[in-house]
Amino acid sequence: MTSKAQILSAVRRTPLPLRELPPHAGPWLTFADRAGQFATSLASVGGVCLAARDVAAIRAALETLPQITAAKKVCSPLPELGVGNVSLPDVATPHDLEDVDVAIVPGEFAVAENGAVWVNARGLKHRAILFLVQHLVLVVRGDAVVNTMHEAYARLEFAEPGFGVFISGPSKTADIEQSLVIGAHGPRSHTVFLLEAAP
Amino acid sequence: MTPSTPTQHPDLAAKFVADEDRMHWHDQALWFVRLKRDKMARALPEWEELRERAAAIKAHTMSRLADYLEQFEAQATRCGAQVHWARDAAEHNAIVLSILQAHGVTRVVKSKSMLTEECHLNPCLEQQGIEVVDTDLGERIVQLAGQPPSHIVLPAIHLKKEDIGALFHQHLQTEAGASDPKYLTEAARQHLREKFLNAQAGITGVNFAIAETGGFVVCTNEGNADLGVSLPRLHIACMGIEKLIPRAADLGVFLRLLARSATGQPITTYSSHFHGPAPGGELHVVLVDNGRSGILASDDFRRSLNCIRCGACMNTCPVYRRSGGYSYNATIPGPIGSILSPTRDAQAYASLPSACSLCGSCTDVCPVKIDLHHQLLTWRGELRKRGLLPWSKRLAMWGLGWLMQHPRLYNFAGRMARWVVPCLPRGLIYNRMNAWGRQRELPAMPKHSFRELYSKRHDQ
Ligand code: SF4
Repeated sequence: MTSKAQILSAVRRTPLPLRELPPHAGPWLTFADRAGQFATSLASVGGVCLAARDVAAIRAALETLPQITAAKKVCSPLPELGVGNVSLPDVATPHDLEDVDVAIVPGEFAVAENGAVWVNARGLKHRAILFLVQHLVLVVRGDAVVNTMHEAYARLEFAEPGFGVFISGPSKTADIEQSLVIGAHGPRSHTVFLLEAAP
Repeated sequence: MTPSTPTQHPDLAAKFVADEDRMHWHDQALWFVRLKRDKMARALPEWEELRERAAAIKAHTMSRLADYLEQFEAQATRCGAQVHWARDAAEHNAIVLSILQAHGVTRVVKSKSMLTEECHLNPCLEQQGIEVVDTDLGERIVQLAGQPPSHIVLPAIHLKKEDIGALFHQHLQTEAGASDPKYLTEAARQHLREKFLNAQAGITGVNFAIAETGGFVVCTNEGNADLGVSLPRLHIACMGIEKLIPRAADLGVFLRLLARSATGQPITTYSSHFHGPAPGGELHVVLVDNGRSGILASDDFRRSLNCIRCGACMNTCPVYRRSGGYSYNATIPGPIGSILSPTRDAQAYASLPSACSLCGSCTDVCPVKIDLHHQLLTWRGELRKRGLLPWSKRLAMWGLGWLMQHPRLYNFAGRMARWVVPCLPRGLIYNRMNAWGRQRELPAMPKHSFRELYSKRHDQ
C-alpha cells in the first residue's frame, strides 16, 4: 500500500459525523470612510498612505520622498507613470534585481481593517521584486478599498495557477526582545498611493 | 522531540526559575504580547463570532479530512505542484532529501515551520552535507545558539538582547558588546541576504492549505519565506495534514484571527498565496501524518488538531511564562504542546498535563476555541489510568481519595491539622517532602473549617 493510501485509510478509519460548514456572510465590520480607515491601519503597521488625484500627482509626490529621490535603480512596471530605469521584462534572473532600490507596483485593492494591499504577481516577471527592493511603492485605485478580509476574498478567484500576496506595511521583526525593527529582510519602507482616477 | 528519559517539567522549570530576574523578565515580555492581543480582540465587535466560525470550519474539515486531502492533491497537481505523502517524520525527511539530492542542492534556506522542527529535518539534511539556514530572525538566532525554538511564534523570546549581541559577535562579527536590536537586525539582514541570493532551494511551512483551489498560504512578517522561494527555482512546502481548510474564502476568518491572536497585529505583513510553482520553477508539497490520524481518532483530543499555531495560549499561560519554553522539552511547548506531546509518547511527557493550574486562560484566548484546559484535565485522568503518574502523586491521590471517602476521618484530620500545624516547628513543615512549601508559605490555618462555618450559618 502506498503512503498516500495508508494515510487516507488511517484518516477514514474513524468515521466522524458530518459537521456543518458555516456560510461566509456574517456581522462583519464596516467603515463609513474606508479609505481613511485604510490609511489609519496602514500607519499602525509602519506604512504610509498618500492620496493622489492622478498619475501626475503620484509623480510629483514621488519627487518629495527622500528614499526615492536618493534611489539609483528604480523599477516600475507601470508604463503610464513614466518613471524608473530598470525594465523588469529585460531582467534575466531575479538575482539581478538585488541592487534595485525602489519598485513601484500596482496593487489590486486595499483592505481597510488591516492596511493590507492585494498584489497579484501576474504582470511581474519576477515576483522577487516585491521582497528584494529596499523601498516598495504600491498604487491602488481609491475606489478599490474593501472593509474586511471577508470582502477581500469575495473579490479573489484562484482559478489559474499563480502567486498573490497581501502586503501590510514594510518588512518587520520583533524577534530581539520584542523591539519592533522595520526592515527585516524585505523593504524598509512601504508607501501606498490611493489614486482617485484609474491609472 | 522524544527524550530518552521522561521529561520532568518541574525539574526543568526549576532551572529556569532559579534566575529570578530573568524569569520575571520573561513573564513580562510574554504578558506584553498577551495585552497586545487583547487590544486587537476587543477592537473587533465580531471577535467571538470569528472564533465560532473558525472552530466550526475546522470541525467540519476534520469530519471530512480524507476527502479534502484528495481534493487538495488533485487541485494542487492541476496547478503544477507535485504532492508527496509522508506517514512519519522519517519518510518526510527522506522525501525532502531526495528532492534536494535530485537537484544537486547543497544550500537551502528555510522559513519557519514547526513541522520540520517536529521531524528534525535540519540535522537529517546536514548529515548529508546540505547547509540549511533558518531565515526567520528568531529562528536564525536559536540556530546559531544551537538551541531549538522556545516558543512557536517567538523562537528566541527566552534570550536577552545582550545574549544575542554576544552570539552575533561570535558568528556575524558584529561589534563586541553591541546589543541594539536595530543594529543586530541589520547585521542579520546583510548576513541572510547573502544566504538568500546563494540558496538553491527554499523550504517553507504552510499556515493554511486550500482544498478547493490546491493552493496554500504562508504568513510572515519579515518576508523571509517569500525571499527564500522567489530567488531559487525550487520550493518545497511541508505541512501537516491538519492544515487544510475547505475554501479560499475561509481564509477571511483565519487571517483575521491569526496575527491578532499571535502578536496583536491586524494581519501579518505578508500573507502569500501560492498556487503552483513560479514560472520556470518547481513546487513540491509534502503532506505529513506523523501521528495526526491517531489524534483524529480520539474523541478526547481530536480538537487539538484545530490549532493554527498562533502561540496565544503560551503567552497567556502563567506556567509557561514563568517556566520557559524549554521546560516542556518538546517541539511545541505550552498548553497545546502539553496536549500534543503525550499523544506522541505518553510516558515521556507524562509530567506535562500537570504543568497547568487549570486556570482556563488558554481556552479563553484560543482563536479556534480549543478547550485546552479540559483536554489537559482529561490527559491527567488518562495518565492515571495508564499507570504513568509518578509514585508520589499516585500515593498522595490514593491517600486523599481514601480520606475523602471517609467523611468523619476527613473532618477529624482537618481539625487536627488546624490545631497541630500552627504549633509545629518550621523545619517539620517546610522540608523536602513539602514541594508546595519550597517557594511559598502555607496559608494560615483558619479557626474553623468551611463545613463548620456553613452549618453554623445554616442554623442561624
Ligand atoms: S491551541 Fe489555540 S491558542 Fe494555542 S497556539 Fe493553537 S490556536 Fe493558538
